[in-house]
Amino acid sequence: MSPAFMDLTKKKIEEIAGRYPDKRAALLPVLHLAQSEFGQIGAAEEALVAAALDIKPIEVHEVVTFYTMYNRTSVGTYHIQVCSNLSCSLLGSGKLIDHLSRKLGILPGETTKDGRFTLSTVECLGACEEAPSMMINFDYYGGLDEKKIDKILDDLK
Amino acid sequence: MSKLNVSSLDSLRNKILKKRKKDKTIVTICGGTGCHAYGCMELAEAFKAEVRARKLTNRVEVRTTGCHGFCERGPIVVIQPQEIFYQRVKGSDIDEIFDLTILQNKLVDRLLYVDSASGEKIVEEKNVPFYKLQKRIIFGNNGFIDPTDIEDYIALDGYRALAKVLEGMTPEDVIAEIEKAGLRGRGGAGFPTGKKWEICRGYKADQKYIICNADEGDPGAYMDRSLLEGNPHSVIEGMIIGAYAIGATEGYIYVRMEYPLAVKNITQALEDARRMGLLGDSILGSKFSLDIHVFKGAGAFVSGEETSLMASIEGRRAFPRQKPPFPAEQGLWGKPTNINNVETWANVPVILSKGAAWFGKIGTRKSKGTKIFSLVGKINNTGLVEVPMGMTLREIIFDIGGGIKDGKKFKAVQTGGPSGGCIPADMLDSPIDFDTLNKAGSMMGSGGMIVMDEDTCMVDVARYFLHFTQEESCGKCVPCRIGNRQLVDILTRITKGEGKAEDLKTLRSLASTIKSGSLCGLGQTAPNPVLTTMRYFEDEYIAHIEKQSCPALVCKDLIVYFIEPDKCVGCLLCIKSCPVDAISGERREVHVIDQELCIKCGACLDVCPAKVGAVSKYTGKKKTAVLKKSVKREKP
Repeated sequence: MSPAFMDLTKKKIEEIAGRYPDKRAALLPVLHLAQSEFGQIGAAEEALVAAALDIKPIEVHEVVTFYTMYNRTSVGTYHIQVCSNLSCSLLGSGKLIDHLSRKLGILPGETTKDGRFTLSTVECLGACEEAPSMMINFDYYGGLDEKKIDKILDDLK
Repeated sequence: MSKLNVSSLDSLRNKILKKRKKDKTIVTICGGTGCHAYGCMELAEAFKAEVRARKLTNRVEVRTTGCHGFCERGPIVVIQPQEIFYQRVKGSDIDEIFDLTILQNKLVDRLLYVDSASGEKIVEEKNVPFYKLQKRIIFGNNGFIDPTDIEDYIALDGYRALAKVLEGMTPEDVIAEIEKAGLRGRGGAGFPTGKKWEICRGYKADQKYIICNADEGDPGAYMDRSLLEGNPHSVIEGMIIGAYAIGATEGYIYVRMEYPLAVKNITQALEDARRMGLLGDSILGSKFSLDIHVFKGAGAFVSGEETSLMASIEGRRAFPRQKPPFPAEQGLWGKPTNINNVETWANVPVILSKGAAWFGKIGTRKSKGTKIFSLVGKINNTGLVEVPMGMTLREIIFDIGGGIKDGKKFKAVQTGGPSGGCIPADMLDSPIDFDTLNKAGSMMGSGGMIVMDEDTCMVDVARYFLHFTQEESCGKCVPCRIGNRQLVDILTRITKGEGKAEDLKTLRSLASTIKSGSLCGLGQTAPNPVLTTMRYFEDEYIAHIEKQSCPALVCKDLIVYFIEPDKCVGCLLCIKSCPVDAISGERREVHVIDQELCIKCGACLDVCPAKVGAVSKYTGKKKTAVLKKSVKREKP
C-alpha cells in the first residue's frame, strides 16, 4: 500500500507551506515530518511529498540524497550515532565504536537483525564538552566509556 | 497577556522585579546539554520535590538556567544570592545542601571547587579561576536566566535595547552605532557587521529578509548551541534590531536538527515574544513589523555557508553559488538578505544598551569586544569561555583552561575547525584576534579550540579534518570534490607508512589549486589544516615518509605493542582484556603478544597497572626490532 499522510500532518504541511513565498521551501520541513511518520524516505514517500508540494519527485529525490539526516531505508528502534570527529576521537571514540560493533555484532551503517539497533558514525555533534559523545535517536549521551555504554544499552532493554 | 508597548515593557519589568522576593534563596541548576547528559533535569526535579517536602516554597526557588560554561564540572548548582558554586552535584547531596547551605548558610565543603594550583577551596562562582579571567558580556546572563521564561530575560533589562531603538533611533542611527562599535561577524570571517547592514539597507526592494545562521558545524564548536539553549531572547532581540536597521520584515533562524534542546528553547522563545508583542505586527506599539521562524537543517555542513543556507531554506540542495551578487543584494528568493551568526546577533542588544564607546574599549584595535571559545580536547577545564579579543592562547588554555589533561605536554591547538589550522606551542603567547590568527595560517572560525597534547599525531589530525571536508564537500566545484579526496588519500598513505618523497610537494600544489579553484569558504579553506601542520610540524611528515615512524605513536600501521619481559608480572589482566586473544602466557609468567594477531586496539596498555607499566608502544627502528624478535605462537 502506498503511504499517505495523516490528516493532522496534512494540516501541518499546509501551515508550513503558507509561511513561504514559494511552496517548495517547505520541502525540508515536510521531509522531516514524513520521516517521523513513516520512519524512512523511500521512493514512495518521495512521490507523496512531491505531490503535497506540487513539485517533481526528482526534485525531492535530489534533496533527500544530499542531506545526511534523511534515512532512505528504515533504521532500528534505537539509532546510535557516535561522533567520530576530532574532539571525540582524541578522547577515544574510535575504541567505543569498535566496542559497540562487537557488542551488537554489526558494523557502522548496519542494523541488528531484530531491528532494535542501528549503528552509525557521524561528524561533530557539537557536544564536545562531554566528549566522547553519541546520540541515541534525539538523546545525547556523553563522557562515555565502555562501561557506561553497556549500562545505557542495558537500560534501553 | 496584552501586547506590550515601550512604556508598558518598563512597568512589566518593575512588576516582575517587585514580585521576586529579594530574600528568597534561589537554587540555579545548569540546564545546558552538557549538564543534561549528567542528569541535571532529574536533579532539578529532586530539588523541587525537596522544597515542597520541607514546605519551603515561600523561601526557596529552584530554577534551571542556561549553560554556565564550565561543562567539565557538571551538573553545576549555584545558590543565589550568595553565589555559592557547587560542582558535580548528585541527588544524594541534596539533603546536605538543604540542611547546611539553605537553612544555616553553611558550606558543603566537598562540593566546592578546588583550585588545582593553590589547592584552595573556592566558594563563589566568580572567584573560580575558570570564570575569573573571563569577560562574560554575552554569556554572563546564561546562569541567571531560565531560557523558557521570558520574564527572566525582561527582568535583566531584556528588550530594553529594542525599546530604546524603536523609541528614538532611526535605522541609520542603529547602523552607525554598530559600525562605531567595530563589531565583526562572529561566524568566522570577521566582516564588519555595521557595513554589512548598511549595504543591505541600501538596496530597495518590496521584501527583505534577515537570517540567523545557527547551522553550527565546525568540529569542536558549540557556543551557538549554548546561546540558543541558554539565552534565546538575546539572539531574537538582536535580530529584531537588525531587521529594523536594514528594513526586513521576515526572518529565519536556520538551526541544526542535531540540536534538539536549542530548537525547543528558541521555538518557545519566539512564541513567547510573539504573544507579548515583541514580534509580529507593530512591535512594541511602533510601526515596525517582523516575524521570525525556525528552520531546521538536515545534516549538511556546507549549509553553514550563506548562499548554501539560503538554497536549503528554498527547498533545494545546499549548493553554494557564485558571489557577487552578494546576499545583501540578492539573497533568499532573490531579495536583499542579511545573514549573521548567532553570537553576532547576541552582541547587538549589548552594544545598543551599553553604547559603542563602552564596547569599543574591549578587545584589540581591529577586533572589538569579546569572543566565546569552546575549549575541548585534551584540556582540563573543558567548557565555553568568553574572553576579550586579544587575550593570549596561553592565558586561555592554561590560566582559564587549567592546562593539559593528565599532566601531559601541550602540542598544538586547532582553531577555526576544518577551515582553520594547528597553532604550535611557540605561538602560545600571541594575542588572539581575527588578524593574528589569519597571519598564523589559521582563522578565528566560529571559536572552536581543540587542544592537543604530545600524544597527538599531526599527520593524523590533518587526515581527520580532510576526511571531514571531503565528506562534507557538496561536490559542485571539481577542485574541492576531487582535490580534497586526493589530499585524504595521500595523507592516509602517509599514516600507513606508504608515503613517497614527492608527497609533500604534491600536497602543497593540490592545496593551492583547491584554495583558488573553489567557490565557497569550505573549499577555499579546506587545505588549511594540511598547510599549517606541514608548516609547523614538517618533521613529523618526514618521519612518517622517510622512516616509517610515527613520533607520537598514534598511527596503527607504524607502531607495535610490546610487553617488556623484565616488567611483566604475569597478572593475566591483558590476556583477559585482549579482544582477539593475541596475548598468551600463564599466571606469574611473562605474557607475549602475537604481533600477527594484534589489532593494536591498546586494550592491554589500558589495563596494565600503572605501577607495573609493562606494555610499551614502539615505532620506527625499534618496531622493526620487536617484529624481528617476535615469535609466532604455535596454534593449539
